[in-house]
This record gives sequence, C-alpha cells and structure tokens, in this order.
Amino acid sequence: MTNSWTDIKNTDLVVIMGGNAAEAHPCGFKWVTEAKANRGAKLIVVDPRFTRSAAVADFYAPIRPGSDIAFLMGVINWCMQNDKVQWDYTKAFTNAAYLVKEGFAYQDGLFTGYDEAKRDYNKDTWEYEIGPDGYAVVDETLQNPRCVWNLLKQHVATYTPEMVERICGTPKDKFLKVCEMIGECSSPTKTMTSMYALGWTQHSKGAQNIRGMAMLQLILGNIGVRGGGMNALRGHSNIQGLTDLGLMSNLIPGYLNIPTEKEADLATYMSTRAFKPLRPNQMSYWQNYRKFFVSFMKSMYGSAATAQNDWGYNYLPKLDVASYDVLRAFELMKQGKMNLYFCQGFNPLQAFPNKAKLAEALGKLKLLVIMDPLQTETARFWEDHGIYNKADPASIKTEVIQLPTTCFAEDEGSLVNSGRWLQWHWPGGSPPGEARTDVAIMSGIHLRLKDLYRKEGGAFPDPILNLNWAYKNPEEPSPEELAKEMNGSVLTDVFDPNDATKKVLEAGKQVSGFGQLRDDGSTACGCWIFSGCFTEAGNMMARRDNSDPDNTGAFLKWSFAWPANRRILYNRASCDLDGKPWDPSRKLIEWDGAKWSGYDVPDIAPTAKPRDVGPFIMNPEGVSRLFVRKMMRDGPFPVHYEPFESPVANVIAPKIVGNPVARVFQDDWKSFAATASPDFPYAATTYRLTEHFHYWTKNNHVNAVLQPQQFVELSEELARDKGIEKGGWVRVWSTRGEILAKAVVTKRIKPMNIDGKIVHVVGIPIHWGFVGAARKGFTANVLSPFVGDANIETPEFKAFLVNVEASTGPVA
Amino acid sequence: MNMELSRRTFLKTSGAGIAGTTLGAFGFSEAEAAVAAYIKPFHLANTTETRNTCTYCSVACGIIIYSKGDLRKGETADIVHIEGDADHPTNRGTLCPKGAALRDIVKSETRLTQPMIRKAGSDKFEPISWEAALDKIARAMKDDRDANFIATNKDGVTVNRWLTTGFLAASATTNESAFATYKVVRSTGILAFDNQARV
Repeated sequence: MTNSWTDIKNTDLVVIMGGNAAEAHPCGFKWVTEAKANRGAKLIVVDPRFTRSAAVADFYAPIRPGSDIAFLMGVINWCMQNDKVQWDYTKAFTNAAYLVKEGFAYQDGLFTGYDEAKRDYNKDTWEYEIGPDGYAVVDETLQNPRCVWNLLKQHVATYTPEMVERICGTPKDKFLKVCEMIGECSSPTKTMTSMYALGWTQHSKGAQNIRGMAMLQLILGNIGVRGGGMNALRGHSNIQGLTDLGLMSNLIPGYLNIPTEKEADLATYMSTRAFKPLRPNQMSYWQNYRKFFVSFMKSMYGSAATAQNDWGYNYLPKLDVASYDVLRAFELMKQGKMNLYFCQGFNPLQAFPNKAKLAEALGKLKLLVIMDPLQTETARFWEDHGIYNKADPASIKTEVIQLPTTCFAEDEGSLVNSGRWLQWHWPGGSPPGEARTDVAIMSGIHLRLKDLYRKEGGAFPDPILNLNWAYKNPEEPSPEELAKEMNGSVLTDVFDPNDATKKVLEAGKQVSGFGQLRDDGSTACGCWIFSGCFTEAGNMMARRDNSDPDNTGAFLKWSFAWPANRRILYNRASCDLDGKPWDPSRKLIEWDGAKWSGYDVPDIAPTAKPRDVGPFIMNPEGVSRLFVRKMMRDGPFPVHYEPFESPVANVIAPKIVGNPVARVFQDDWKSFAATASPDFPYAATTYRLTEHFHYWTKNNHVNAVLQPQQFVELSEELARDKGIEKGGWVRVWSTRGEILAKAVVTKRIKPMNIDGKIVHVVGIPIHWGFVGAARKGFTANVLSPFVGDANIETPEFKAFLVNVEASTGPVA
Repeated sequence: MNMELSRRTFLKTSGAGIAGTTLGAFGFSEAEAAVAAYIKPFHLANTTETRNTCTYCSVACGIIIYSKGDLRKGETADIVHIEGDADHPTNRGTLCPKGAALRDIVKSETRLTQPMIRKAGSDKFEPISWEAALDKIARAMKDDRDANFIATNKDGVTVNRWLTTGFLAASATTNESAFATYKVVRSTGILAFDNQARV
C-alpha cells in the first residue's frame, strides 16, 4: 500500500477492482464504510461476480475475468478525451512531458523489438531522448508528438467505450457511469483510492493490470495524497515483510538485487546502478545503493566482508536466468533436477497450479522437509486419499521430514501489515508438544552445516563458515537481536571529514535510520528500508500510542512504518508546485518557506525546495512514470492480452495468444486449452470465502462448520442450459484434471456478451483439500494452468477455461 | 451499579497481577458487594493478557490473547480465549469470521507436535527425534551441495550457486524469523528461494 488502512477514511471514491475487500479483508473494509458514512464517499466495484463488496457499492459493473487492462486503458482514454486530468500534477509530477526515442512504436499488440522465437523484446528504443546536457529532453507544452503524453493518448485511443464493451462485456452505459464517477476525482480537492488484491495479480499480465490503475491514479493526481493511492491488500500477515526482506530468488533485503552472472565483480554490478539523475536537482535516492549493499554484506558476513574481497561479493550466488521462482523450481523438480526441497509454513501442493504436475514433481525429490504448525497436503502428497489425492505410496521414494513449528500465538517479533507498519507482538501461549520456532530450526540446520564443513571441508564452504552468527544463544537467536541487526548498527567510529576530533557515529550504537549507512564497511544493516525500527531509543515497532492528532489517520506513534516511519508514500505530491496542499482540508505536509513538515514524515529532503526537487525521489527523473521505459518485460504501456486460455481471440491482436512474453515451459503448452475451445467453453475464475483463509482454516473446526461443503458458483442461465440443479453435484474439468462440487446456482454471476458471443463464468472457491477438520474436497489448482505473469511469475489463477456438467457426486 | 466501568477497564483493574484488589476499592456499596459475591467471576479475570496480531490477512488486526499461566514468569501458558484489541487503530477491537475463531486454530487437532519422518515407499509417518531429524537434513544438504555446487560457469565466471536444492519460505512468520531464514539459505548459494508473495 502507498497509504494505510486507516487512511481510507479520507477518500471520496473507493474503487474495488481486482479484489473483494468486504469478504477477504473485512476489518480493513470497515474504513470504506467509515468514508461512506462520514465523508459521503462512493464505492465502485468492478468484478466478474456480484460480491459482498458489490452488495454495498454505490455502483457495480461486471467484467469478464482477464480483461482489466482493456477496462483501465478505456478509463484513461475517456479521461484524456473529456479533460478529466489533474493537469498541474500530471505535467509536473509525471513523465508526460518527456520525449521518447525515435524508433519506439506500437502496432497490433506489440512494441518495437519483439522477437517471437525468444518470446522477448529488444527494448533499446523504450527509452527517453537524452539531450547534450545528459538529461532527458522534455516538452512542457506537451505539443511534441514524441512526448509520453501524446504516445499514451495514441496508445489508449483503441480502448473506446465500444471496444471496452466488446472485450470486457461491460455494458457501455455502465462503463461510462464508472468513467464519470472516476473523472470527478481529477479535481485537486477530490480523491480516489484503489483497493486491489489477487484479482489483479493472478494473471499472466498481473503487473500491468496494476500499472494500468497506477497510471490512472497519476493523471488524476491521486498518488501521495490522503485518501488516495495504490493499495495492494496483501494476503498473509507477513507476506509484505517477507517480500521486503527479499526471500525470493533474485532479491537482497530492501529491494536490492542478487547479481547475475554477467556481473562478475562488484564494479560491474555497480556500473548499472549509479542512478544518475535524469533531470537537474533530483534526489534519485537509489544513488545510495552502494551504502545499502555494503551495509547488508557487513550484516551477513561481518569481518569477513572487506574492501579487499569486494565485501564478500563472491559469497553471493549469481543468477543465470531471471529467477528460480516456484514455477521454475517445480519444473526442475519434474525434470528430476531438484533433489531437496524445503517448505516452511507453505503448502505448494495446494497453492500452485496444476496439482497433477506438482505431485509428480514432489515424487521425484530425494528429501522433502516440511516446517509447519499444521498438517499440510504437501507433507502427505504420497498418501492415498482416493479421488481427492490418488497416490501409490510404495512407488514414491521421496523421504519426508515433518517438523512441528510454533505459530503466531507462541512466538515474538514483528509483522509488516499491508500499510507497511511493522507491528511487534508477544507470545501468549506455550508451544504444543515439541514444536520449535523457525529461528531455532534454521539455526539448528546452519550450525550443523557449519560443523560439517569445518570438519570435512567441501564445496566453497566460505559463505557458510563466515556467516555472521554472533548471537548470545547461537541455537536460537532472540527476536530482539535479529530486529536490531535488521535496523543496523555502527561497527567502527566515524569522524567528521572536516573535523577529525568530532565523532559522528559511535561504534556499537544502533543507527537511527538509513541516512547514517555508509559504504566503507563502518556500518552494518540487514534491511535498509527497515532501518529506524530498533534504534538507541528502543524498539519502535513495539510502540502502542494510538493518538492521532487532528484525526488524519496517520497514527505516527503506533508501531513503525517503513521507510523512516512514513505513512503515505510520495506525500510531497500532496502539495502543489509551491508546496501548498492541493486540498487544504486534507493537509499532509507543507512547505513553510524553509522546510517541509506536517502530519506525516515528509517523503523528500526536509529542505528540498518545492520547484527544484520532484516528489518521486526514488526515480532518477524525480517524477512518476506513465511510460515505464525498459522496466517491464511486456511493454512500457499496458496492452490488453487475453488469458492463455480464453473463450475468445484477442480483438485488438487476434494472432497473439496470452501474454507474448510470458514464460511457458515446453510441456505446459500442451496442457492449455485452445482459444475458444468447444471442449472447454466456460471462463473459470477462483476466489476466497470470508469464512476461510486459504488452506489453513480447514484445520479449524469452527471455520469448517461455517463453510463445510465445497461448491462452485454458476449462473441460472448456465445451470438451465446444462440441466444443473441448485445444490446438485457438478463435475468441473479442464485439460489438467477434474473436481466434483455442489452447484450454487446464483444471480450473482451473469452470462456476458463478449463481442457477440455469450460467455459463461464459473466461480471456484479454493479452500478444500484432503487433510484437516473439514470434509474432504478438491483443490481448485487441479484445474488451473501452469503459467505466470510475464514480469514476476504469479500464476494465472483468475482466468482459464473449464467445462461443466451435472454429476452424481463422489462415490463414497 | 453506581460505577461506570467498561469491561476493558474492569479487566485491567481486576485482572491478573492485581488479584488482591477488593471490590470495595471500586466504590461498591455493601449491598452491591453482597450481590457481587454471588456472581461467578468473569472467566477472563484471572488470565494473562498478551498483545498479538491476527495471523491471517495483512489488515493485521490487533488481538489480545488470554491465557492461564504467564510466560513472562516462566510459567506454562494455556490459551483460553482470543479477541480483538479495542486499542488497535486499524480494527478497533473487531474481528472477522476467521479472526474470531483464532483460538481454535491454535488448538487445532491437526497441530503438529513432534518431528516425524516418512521413509521412501512407506505409507506412514513415524516419529523421529529433533536431533536425528536435523542431523539427517544437514547431512543431505551437505552431500547434495558438495555434489552439485556450481563454482564457475562455462565462461569461467565465479557463480557459486546451488540449484538442486530449493527453499520455499513462509508468509506468517515474523520478520526476525524471515531474516534468520534469509541468512541461512543465502549463505548456502541456493537460488530456488521463494515465498508466498509469488502467489
């Protein structure tokens, strides 16, 4: 989230699209209710189903799964055509005025540089025109046909209201009503917030769905303001924290990158990370990258990371592909190239697509290690559960070790919520039986490995032997020690360069924030963006002062928000060019002629003059990007691509199947249904129920009672066509497998008219499996395709093809 | 009653740690005290309160865990109730159908309580000690890493990666657990490292 849950009360318009907050984030949704009740805010819901969010909306518009980009580009087109643009904001705070290189073009669904064989682009032309002074060339009059604004106008012109109706199935009048409501928020004193979740991410173009809305929010001037923003409603209690900490193939904590093998040494690695400003005076804050990187390496390797060994650069693995994400890991497993696999509190047999492929892959491992508080299907993939999990244990050679862990109620530490608040919690109960914390288990593994390498030697033992593990109890470091390490500390005294007698930083002290980090090895910091969370003043994450001066929703003294306790990102953009709030009734910060101050921690240098320094300080431009240069694999502007399995061909580019640069493994192509396949005519989508949480709460008797029976949702029209009765059994199948479920025949899903073709949608909740307190059931991933988003490989769970028929149900 | 005590204030004043407080100190008259003496004490009055965060979605509602026994005093603590924290700015004491049933996930019959192993070809899990389990895991990692570690690529560039073992990290563990996990996994050269954010 750019903003926070409590800030939603400040909005004038909530758009829930790509999510269903009323059911999936009920207590956060209360802030929408608050805005409606106290500010007269309106709520728009755009969703394939008439959800409970839709039930309390002021306006609902249906949309076909997988067509969000067409809708969003349609809204941008309408706003541009109807002068619903916050012009001062757009001109000054976005790259609308920047000129794009000659040669860049877009045609028939593709940008310049597409290589069909590689399913990738040569992105050389996706860049600004750079002037002789080394800065990007801009045309503040927006007249130049090569400026971003005009290229965008041309790009979105395709998405007329009529085209939106053809692609999305949203009736034109409903689409226009949404446009009008959104268009009102181009006023500097009206704001809109976007609340989205997996409904946008779980697509082969998920990242571009989100970009589409971010672009719209920018031209409306809604980023950085109270009640505005792009608000990702994250799914798990610390999914934000694990992302921040970089527990991913290609990340280092704080959104730094694991090197690729093209970056043989630190100098090469840093050569593309200079972040030289693209416009005069800009902060381009990533210029501090080296300080964050070196401090991280000092945190990992202590005295073994030295200037002489490039701070231990070779201790880091180097990537040969973009990432070894879960889909790639399971593909390798299936090919017999993965021997050991660890699942820490994760149930991939349920959570990733194409269960049959996942089970086959797990069966090729030598050893599977499970760390979990609960029983999982993954741990028991080898167990025969009849139709729910057909397996022959005798033929599966994988050894499984299952380790019991503590859960939230038994451990201590911090979790990052959607709004980036790091909230500390304390243990309230004793762990059951022999359960241990994850920290104890990881320590146990590390210490044993270290010992084996010390005794036996072996392949490059250095990073294991030198890993900084200087904890009071190495068998189980305390949460406090680890938190302090992430915050960072001073390793050696630092003196003022102009006055050698003046000590600036004292060895042994916690740093007060990332501004104190250095690239000479004198500071260590595990995760620079968390810096400030545990300082000499104590544990900032444990703060519980819930005061909120003037009821802004900021709660600055409650816990700690990264970065630097800032509650609304880009908040300098809440003010006009001279530093005065666009909307005085929603003041956030303000320039007083000498400095920035206000209700939030300013997201800009405190003395940066308003007309000199742009609000988007992480970008070398100092402004935000409507045109994203080379930073996304599938294009600098979002394009409507159909899901890989679609009931219709892509109207704007009929030859393109799915996202043209999404990675598809060879065997998986064969498992996709053809476009408009008569064998799989229905558009399926998966979702969550308010009574259940993923695959956890089926272990809870209470939740199992609340929603005991697996079901699928379909329209009255489809039920009539197929002779399916309300509450009767149905069989739903894709090319990959089948499930049996009860039919909920509902008015909440309606058939859609897609360019003259009637398309039915089948809704599939995900929560069942073969272990736990609930009745056994099938998981939705039996049906879904093994393909991910082109940029970040999130699987396409929200749009694929199935068939459905009445059934007699499972044989007992 | 002649006093206005919210339930929260009542718990704060009469809860664990101040067990000796007499009703008289609240300003009860004798008659009221006599009535109060017949009333069964509120079942949470003698429990320990602990502030925690709901384990499900990222709204991260504040919760209060009530337990018999106090971990801070070195006692065993048995969780008897969990409810929303009215002081929390986000949820102000409210919880959803999942959060309201948190006690029962902590107490779920399918909680794991001891290390188990399923041997190749077996149709069951069998108990194994922590020591034996961790030894076995470390041995398997070392053997696989030594056999498959890639120190340099075909161009002779140092790459120091290990691709035949993968690690899928959680989404509900603390930052502190996550950081410890990061350090251990990364130090081995594992690249097939991912977490729940992928889905």
